[in-house]
Amino acid sequence: MIQVSHLTKMYGSRPAIDDLSFEIQKGEIVGFLGPNGAGKTTTMKILTCFMPATSGTAVLEGFDVFENPIEVKRKIGYLPEIPPVYSEMRVKDYIEYAALLHEVPKSKLKQAVNSAIEKVSIGDVQNRLIGNLSKGYRQRVGLAQALVHNPEILILDEPTIGLDPKQIIEIRELIKTLGGTHTIILSSHILPEVTATCQRIIVINKGRIVGEDTLEGLSARMKKGLLYSMIVKNPSQDGLAALKQLPGIKTVSHTGSKIVIELQHGTQDMRDKIVETAVKKGMGVLEFSSEKISLEEVFLQLTTEESTIGNGSAKTSIPNLDVAAHL
Amino acid sequence: MTKISTIAYRDLKSYFTSPIAYIIIAVFLAVMGWMFFNILFYFNQESMRMQQYSPKGISLTDGVLRPLFGNMNVILIFLTPFITMRLFAEEKKLHTIELLLTSPVKLYEIVLGKFISSFLFVTLMLALTLTYPIILFATGNPDLGPIITCYTGTLLLSACYLSVGLVFTAMTENQIVAGALTFVALIFFFIINWVSHFAGNVWGEVFTYLSLIGHFQNLSQGIFNSVDILYYLSFIVVSLFLSHRVIDSYRWR
Repeated sequence: MIQVSHLTKMYGSRPAIDDLSFEIQKGEIVGFLGPNGAGKTTTMKILTCFMPATSGTAVLEGFDVFENPIEVKRKIGYLPEIPPVYSEMRVKDYIEYAALLHEVPKSKLKQAVNSAIEKVSIGDVQNRLIGNLSKGYRQRVGLAQALVHNPEILILDEPTIGLDPKQIIEIRELIKTLGGTHTIILSSHILPEVTATCQRIIVINKGRIVGEDTLEGLSARMKKGLLYSMIVKNPSQDGLAALKQLPGIKTVSHTGSKIVIELQHGTQDMRDKIVETAVKKGMGVLEFSSEKISLEEVFLQLTTEESTIGNGSAKTSIPNLDVAAHL
Repeated sequence: MTKISTIAYRDLKSYFTSPIAYIIIAVFLAVMGWMFFNILFYFNQESMRMQQYSPKGISLTDGVLRPLFGNMNVILIFLTPFITMRLFAEEKKLHTIELLLTSPVKLYEIVLGKFISSFLFVTLMLALTLTYPIILFATGNPDLGPIITCYTGTLLLSACYLSVGLVFTAMTENQIVAGALTFVALIFFFIINWVSHFAGNVWGEVFTYLSLIGHFQNLSQGIFNSVDILYYLSFIVVSLFLSHRVIDSYRWR
């Protein structure tokens, strides 16, 4: 159980996080999503009592991070952005050290260390120096360190960064199995990361929460309209202008022979009209597909919305759309 | 308490996984051995000459121990910055400090653990010089008292050096900067009493009192004066407190 209310952290006069409030229930897996520099790491550093907030409160399992830091630290396991590993130590010694710092009793030490090593599958390197390990292994050693004392709350700052695809899947599975018994917060700036593991997503941008919902809720709420993409033989200004004039069309953009058309929210199916117009104007339709707005775009919309509103333009830029679903 | 020893043990162990520990010990023993040899040789000549004037000659305490430990304390000024410079600076640079500061460990336990690890290292270094008094006992008849006070004094003095080093390594994440500043500060406390001749009565006494080496004079003669011990202990406590505050302020930035 984590309750955060009106949390603010200033670096000089620049706010890193600005009036954050959220609540996380026991056993939930929550993802912090946001571009680099959004304030994810700062929030985590405050929750782990590494740095104090400028104002606001954070209460973990009934203990305030400012009043009772030692109690809070007993309940959490933390994997920072850069795994805090000593390169001159052996993997096993290091995890043992972390366990002792986290008050694992001597009688259970061996078992705790072995089970942490097993969980992140680093048994084959347990006697090697951490300095000689690859980035992926170091990341997993860092994760083992966060797990070793079986904490109630796990705070993971970009846990799968630097891992290869197979390891990423393993770690995601591990995080999922840990959910339910542990409360987990993880941060990422990569969408598939959070969509694969988290039950709930908190989107942060420029230190503020810009969206907070379940996966389905978030994408439903942000679904602004349909997107069509079309590949034509001879794109012409004339044809593009005609497309733009069709009812219910929001934007028409093109790069080379690829035309992307965005419909206004609530518009009926327009595929036949669009193709008809394109053919009439002699553009020669080669391919036509419609796609749903993916979470990728939801994320972009959420994080760019503020600035576009400020510019007085409602246009949402969607760069490099990959045509995923061909009709 | 167990956490202090956990931290101290890890740091002590990590000294010996890098070449720096062996280099420091080797340099220390080579220089001290050379000095011991020369002081002994000189003492040999001098004591024969002195016997012409007084039947007792010159004592081993005055002729060997005092110059030997006087030199050792200067050599330690050069070497202790290398021992302390990495303690916090490296943790900050490699971000391992995040593990310490997010574990249920109190800040004073971290500072004490680091201090104890460096102190144990120096103790080991000094233990290796016990060969010199053993040689003296084997060949002559030295006074045991001054040997004990000399070692106590040197241990206290190096603890002061180390605690100063801890303050500076807590301030920066650059080991070289930490080491250099420690060295400057130690030299300053070493020669602060030089001005006492022209600083007037009161200030002269203050500066003499503040001098680290000044308090070693009694101990080197075998005199165990509580003033000197208290001075060293309070020096260590103040420095450790300062490093505690510096690390605490690091979190607020």
